[in-house]
Amino acid sequence: MEERDPAGVVLRAERVSKRYGSVLALDAVSLGVGRAECVALIGESGSGKTTLLRCFNRLVDPDDGRVLVDGADAAGLDPIALRRRIGYVPQDGGLLPHWRVGRNVELVPWLRRMPEGDRLAERALALVGLEPAVFSDRWPRELSGGQRQRVAVARALAASPDLILLDEPFGALDAITRADLQVAFDGIRRELKISAVLVTHDLNEAFLLADRIVVMRQGRVEQEASPAGLREAPATEYVRQLLLRARVLAA
Amino acid sequence: MSSLAGLRGGLALLVGLSTIAGAQTPSVRPIVVASKPFGESFLLAEMFAQLLEARHFTVDRRLGLGATEIAFRALRTNAIDVYPEYTGTGLLAILGQRPSPDPRQVFRQVAREFRDRYGVRWLPPLGFQNTYAIAVRRETARKLSLATLSDLARVSSTLRAGLTPDFIGRADGLPGLGKAYGVRFGSVRALLPAVKYQALAAGEVDVIDGYSTDGFIVRYDLVVLEDDQHFFPPYEAAAVVSPALQRESPAAVAALAELSGLLTETDMRRLNRRIEVDGIPIPRVAAAALLSVGLTRAGPAGSRPAAGDSGGGVFPYLWSQRSTILSLTLRHLLLVGVSLAGAIAVALPLGLALERSRRAAESVIRGVGLLQTLPSIALLAFMIPLLGIGVVPALVALFLYSLYPILRNTYTGVRDAAPEAVGAAWALGMTPGQVLRYVRLPLAAPVIMAGIRTAAVINVGTATLAAFIGAGGLGDPIAAGLALSDTRMILSGALPAALLALLVDALLGASERWVTPGR
Repeated sequence: MEERDPAGVVLRAERVSKRYGSVLALDAVSLGVGRAECVALIGESGSGKTTLLRCFNRLVDPDDGRVLVDGADAAGLDPIALRRRIGYVPQDGGLLPHWRVGRNVELVPWLRRMPEGDRLAERALALVGLEPAVFSDRWPRELSGGQRQRVAVARALAASPDLILLDEPFGALDAITRADLQVAFDGIRRELKISAVLVTHDLNEAFLLADRIVVMRQGRVEQEASPAGLREAPATEYVRQLLLRARVLAA
Repeated sequence: MSSLAGLRGGLALLVGLSTIAGAQTPSVRPIVVASKPFGESFLLAEMFAQLLEARHFTVDRRLGLGATEIAFRALRTNAIDVYPEYTGTGLLAILGQRPSPDPRQVFRQVAREFRDRYGVRWLPPLGFQNTYAIAVRRETARKLSLATLSDLARVSSTLRAGLTPDFIGRADGLPGLGKAYGVRFGSVRALLPAVKYQALAAGEVDVIDGYSTDGFIVRYDLVVLEDDQHFFPPYEAAAVVSPALQRESPAAVAALAELSGLLTETDMRRLNRRIEVDGIPIPRVAAAALLSVGLTRAGPAGSRPAAGDSGGGVFPYLWSQRSTILSLTLRHLLLVGVSLAGAIAVALPLGLALERSRRAAESVIRGVGLLQTLPSIALLAFMIPLLGIGVVPALVALFLYSLYPILRNTYTGVRDAAPEAVGAAWALGMTPGQVLRYVRLPLAAPVIMAGIRTAAVINVGTATLAAFIGAGGLGDPIAAGLALSDTRMILSGALPAALLALLVDALLGASERWVTPGR
């Protein structure tokens, strides 16, 4: 695979469009994610942020435009193999309820037939702050919501991906647990130099975790900027209102 | 309609009770006309009812009462006023006396005994007998030159018989036939009336027992072998009248007696044929018959029956039948086990396949569900030309009835299995096959198991109907018991079947816990 993208861009969307019936979910959206960078996609329901995220691991295939992963057109890649090298954290954790924690975390190493999957799983659990000896043998239903979400993050990290996709990963947690997890995740990501795309409707989370924020609205990019850039120069009234509501700007 | 009939019946009962209590007041209550649960009995009762109505009596129809014992008990206790009965039945089944071959003598005997013992009156016979008729296909009769039962005895060891369970069992049936004529069939199969004529016509059996007035004898052009040694007792049909009606309305009794001596055996075979074969509604056939014998011209419609029960030493009987019950139970288990295994083998993969092609799923599942709505007797009768009789069509029918619950639960269970877990498994790179095998299927297992459990319990119950088609099992004593109105016999099949259903359910319940993931 030839690296055509400059400056270590690992993920790129080029004029990606997706239509569901009469609804244009994505309207020629372009976006790049650099190495070790965290990009937050923020917007209301129906803004297209989750659809864009799902284009990156081919859970959704665009009608138009293309997605490049490490410089290669995703349309030409085997979707199963692609997903196995990209970490993924869904909102509700999505743990397999009939598998113990250890087996859940080992899922991707197992799918990729990596050696010593159990050790990888233990390392990933330790990384998210769960003692493997204590948690490996537990059932998902025996965990608190925060622990479950930590396990989901561990599962996304276990096969040491360069890139992970997060779909409102902390949205369903209480404020204190959420803050703990956000800090923990940010530390891990920076330490391991993982690129991440984070879908969220919480602007504060975006400010906390992202290097770059993409505000989406009705299938288009409303503004793309660093947190500081966004705060200092909201490009539209919509973005300004968003910042006001999140109390990032003083009224 | 039925609630109206029930209301009318309730009113009739109230009026009746008050009439009895108030002694000799003139009769204003409806006359309750009843029948036993087979076609000819329905027809005769309907003729009684229409005749009474033509003579300006009010009638309450209670057609299709359980059977002899229930109908007679109802008559004796004035719960009904009149129903058609047969002298031979009265003598054997009710009085428990040995019959004589002379119809006149039998009639005199039952008339006297019933009057003395129960206050019940036999009106003079209607004019025809409906006795047992041993029938063969015309071609069989020609080939083997059969005309009489003595002829039959010569070749009986080469013939396959399909006989109703009660005929096989009762003294004036097969055992007596063996003694009187030396008949020994090559094989004997229990078949219920619903299917035996078709089985004979289809060549599945060579000889059946019927009734001499059955319309199917004409329909299938069968030859009834002559009872040359007068083995079968006379079964003259007559109206039997309750004590209350005799007391309260001699005019009604006289009206009923107008029908005496007017119906020949040929008439009845023709009338029964119109009902059984041509499917003409009984009230119409009855009206036409009354018209043709010159008694009336009228024809209202009938209403529906009620049922009762009989008593006796159930558990000693069950104990005495234990080896029979055991072998019937094993046969039953075989039917259930094989058909259920077949249904699982088909419905489970089909359910999984449908989950992958959901567009087709609902219509396929509904199509299979339609099978469930077929009456089992109809399904069994339908399969005789295709599969003959015996275990195979029974297995096919049970298999078909088991498909739906397993298919529905498999499809729904797999489709609705923890969507967030399925989504995550998919997003992390499981193949569709892996999602099915490692996520959907294990998570759906309890729901699938519940479907199998439902199918198994339904199957145990439905398998009792295998008796209708000669496949044996616990339905045999149930069917025979129903035909003979023998409660103990019914229970000797029904109780083990119920226990079997509970046992199967409990076993599958245990395995349901076993397959539930994460326990």
